[in-house]
Amino acid sequence: MPWLVVIFLLLTAAGLYGGLYLAPADYQQGDSYRIIYIHVPSAWMSLFIYVVMALAGAIGLVWRIKLAEIVAISSAPVGASFTFIALVTGSLWGKPMWGTWWVWDARLTSELILLFLYLGVIGLYGAIDDKRTASRAVAILALVGVVNIPIIHYSVEWWNTLHQGPTVTKMDKPSIHVSMLVPLLLMAVAFKFYYLIAMLQRARTELLLRERNAQWVKNMVSEIK
Amino acid sequence: MSLSRAFVAVIRRDLILALRRRSEIANPLLFFILVITLFPLGIGAQPHLLQAIAPGIIWVSALLAAMLSLDSLFRSDFDDGSLEQILLSPHPTSVLVLAKIIAHWLVTGLPLLVVAPLLAVFLGLPNHSLGILLLTLLLGTPVLSLIGAIGVALTVGLRRGGMILSLLVLPLYVPVLIFAGNAVQMAGSGLPVDAQINILISILLMALVLAPLPVAAALKMSIN
Repeated sequence: MPWLVVIFLLLTAAGLYGGLYLAPADYQQGDSYRIIYIHVPSAWMSLFIYVVMALAGAIGLVWRIKLAEIVAISSAPVGASFTFIALVTGSLWGKPMWGTWWVWDARLTSELILLFLYLGVIGLYGAIDDKRTASRAVAILALVGVVNIPIIHYSVEWWNTLHQGPTVTKMDKPSIHVSMLVPLLLMAVAFKFYYLIAMLQRARTELLLRERNAQWVKNMVSEIK
Repeated sequence: MSLSRAFVAVIRRDLILALRRRSEIANPLLFFILVITLFPLGIGAQPHLLQAIAPGIIWVSALLAAMLSLDSLFRSDFDDGSLEQILLSPHPTSVLVLAKIIAHWLVTGLPLLVVAPLLAVFLGLPNHSLGILLLTLLLGTPVLSLIGAIGVALTVGLRRGGMILSLLVLPLYVPVLIFAGNAVQMAGSGLPVDAQINILISILLMALVLAPLPVAAALKMSIN
């Protein structure tokens, strides 16, 4: 865990330094484009964490591995916060660029729906008292969500679009300059580490809570005392 | 008893039960009509405005009515234990659950189609888009029942599942709303709507095949 924190801090420092200081200002958008160093990695993480959550849920559902269940449910709040950050930074960027806080654009809308899906997962987990049953319910819901996310995404995209197209995933030649791209990727990796840290901390708490009547937890607590 | 006979038997049983409790049929329908009546009162009765937003209003109300009616899908069976009998039967749970969903749609979804033309007239929807409205309702409301069944199956064991149910189900309804609402809108301005209809058909087929599986899994989870 301390190692992860160190790596995360180093990567974030490097990414922010590269992004906010070294990278040149955009010729159209000026300095306000720099919010992408938070916005884009958060948006990536929001989808990535949902997939991780569904995978962990599926593993828990099939093999009844307690740890996978805990990983799945510990991921949900982190994913929801990344989704929220992506939405907030996006609307902060949208005000100077598009002249409005919010537009009913395809990606914004599907990101918002993703946030609702996360909240549904968290809400369902909280509503069921027996936590093992709750984990199974959450896993089923997350899997249904994974099947639906592409459908929702494409239906919304087809419905209306204003958001700029993807600029990094064009593998042959990214339409973004290297000096801007490198910090962006650094930040993306840094966010992955942040997710690991936050998720593992939540998972540890969750595990201790669930096993609070087990002997090894009691031994551990008495040692700390 | 063979699988097909069991399938028909479940549908028959649910239809008979529904006919004996007619208020369950009437409630979502009245809700649908009431919500649509409230819109002109709320935003003013300008014919142009109403005509422009009619497809959206009708579809959003259908969504809400479908969601309200979901609770009756498994609630009484869960309370009196017949749901456990269905799960214990030798036939695959997902198929029997599909029968229950079909019966539920016949009772709550189909009546929406019957009153929709009347409401379309209320809102001044152009006559030539009426057929498309009915077609989208015919294709879309079964999807609402199928997807909604997943949410109900997950929450049927809870005391207060109502609030959480809407949070689970409404985001998943978005694609149906988009394509159906858009098709009716386009038909109103005389544009072709083949693409939307085809997509709705494919969503319906996918939901028919895929949705019963998580429903069965979730019911097994809710029972124990």
